Amino acid sequence: MPDGMKLLYYRPRSLPPDHGIQMKITAESAWPDEVHALLKEAGIRQVAIVPDAGHARLIKLCEKDKSMRVVRLTTEEEGVALLAGAWLGGEKGVLLMQSSGVGNCINMLSLSLACQFPLLMLVTMRGDHGEFNPAQVPMGNATQAVFEAIGVIVKRADTGEEVPEMVSSAIRLAFNTYRPLAVLIGQRVSGAKDFRKLTESE
Amino acid sequence: MSKLLRRREVVLQLLEDRGDMMVVAGLGAPAWDITAAGDHDLNFPMWGAMGGATMIGLGLALAQPKKKVLVITGDGEMLMGLGSLATIAVQKPRNLYIVVLDNEHYGETGMQETHTGHGVNLAGMAKAAGFLHSLNIATQSGVARLKSTIRSGAGPLFAQVKIDAQKLPLVLPPRDATYIKNRFRIAVLGPEALHDA
Repeated sequence: MPDGMKLLYYRPRSLPPDHGIQMKITAESAWPDEVHALLKEAGIRQVAIVPDAGHARLIKLCEKDKSMRVVRLTTEEEGVALLAGAWLGGEKGVLLMQSSGVGNCINMLSLSLACQFPLLMLVTMRGDHGEFNPAQVPMGNATQAVFEAIGVIVKRADTGEEVPEMVSSAIRLAFNTYRPLAVLIGQRVSGAKDFRKLTESE
Repeated sequence: MSKLLRRREVVLQLLEDRGDMMVVAGLGAPAWDITAAGDHDLNFPMWGAMGGATMIGLGLALAQPKKKVLVITGDGEMLMGLGSLATIAVQKPRNLYIVVLDNEHYGETGMQETHTGHGVNLAGMAKAAGFLHSLNIATQSGVARLKSTIRSGAGPLFAQVKIDAQKLPLVLPPRDATYIKNRFRIAVLGPEALHDA
């Protein structure tokens, strides 16, 4: 390696201690499969996504499902408007995003609230349990308060077992009572990204 | 008097004999324009949610693939949701048509200039995103061709229609958005739309 390259591959000798916080769940969790089954049972057809690692398996399951259409977005607020149109045309949908995308949705949510459109949002949290990236913390910390400030009902799951129950509850509330619902899936469920591992070469 | 097209005449022409075509209008003047052409159960005029008109059109077009969806919006509203052009081009909805009435100004807030008066070509952006049709229109014959493409051609279509920046009396649609939503759904899905969950 030339001398000049060494700087690029510099790794700090000591990273902050992890205090025993579980950083990565190794066993495959069952919640994405259960949530996919719940969405299918509820007749969800349009799946609007801005990807997040925590949603990766659920997105794959929806992509494989011929009764669902996955619509990739450029920004999360597009999904709020898309699913309003879907409901006008008689279809149900779900919006999958990361907590950082919640801030992008706020004014567009006035559409769901003013028209009383059902809206189901599943949000994987960053800036939450064991976060490493400082940039993720402000929006992650504000996610629930910001949703509630504009009038979205928020459910939260902090274990994989809780996720299907909260999603089931949110589906019922959203589509039976015509309002926006968000399920926050805590970072403890999907596991914090382990930046230590990512700095190591294969 | 300006030789530019006039917005209410363009909209009236596009909505003439509309059949079961569904119409979404962006907030402000486009919502007044479609209402001036005649309030209609299959109109969805927006009162807010700036930047969302084209995506409402996409969700509707995907849900009702056998019916045409026409989105009529303004240059300022379209500029706020430019990413949707990429999202829509990838989905390729054959029944979605987007018409931007471009007066190069934010007409509702004091006629401040928008980017389109400074060289930004929205139809060029739609073309680069991959729209099947993307048109720049500034003449009466262009509007007639646009109407016939919407009636008989496949989408996705994007048209940027240059219009005069007239200030016109407002023609307001109903303001209760739940009423607009429910009458739209009943018109599309039948009375059971209010009972099905």
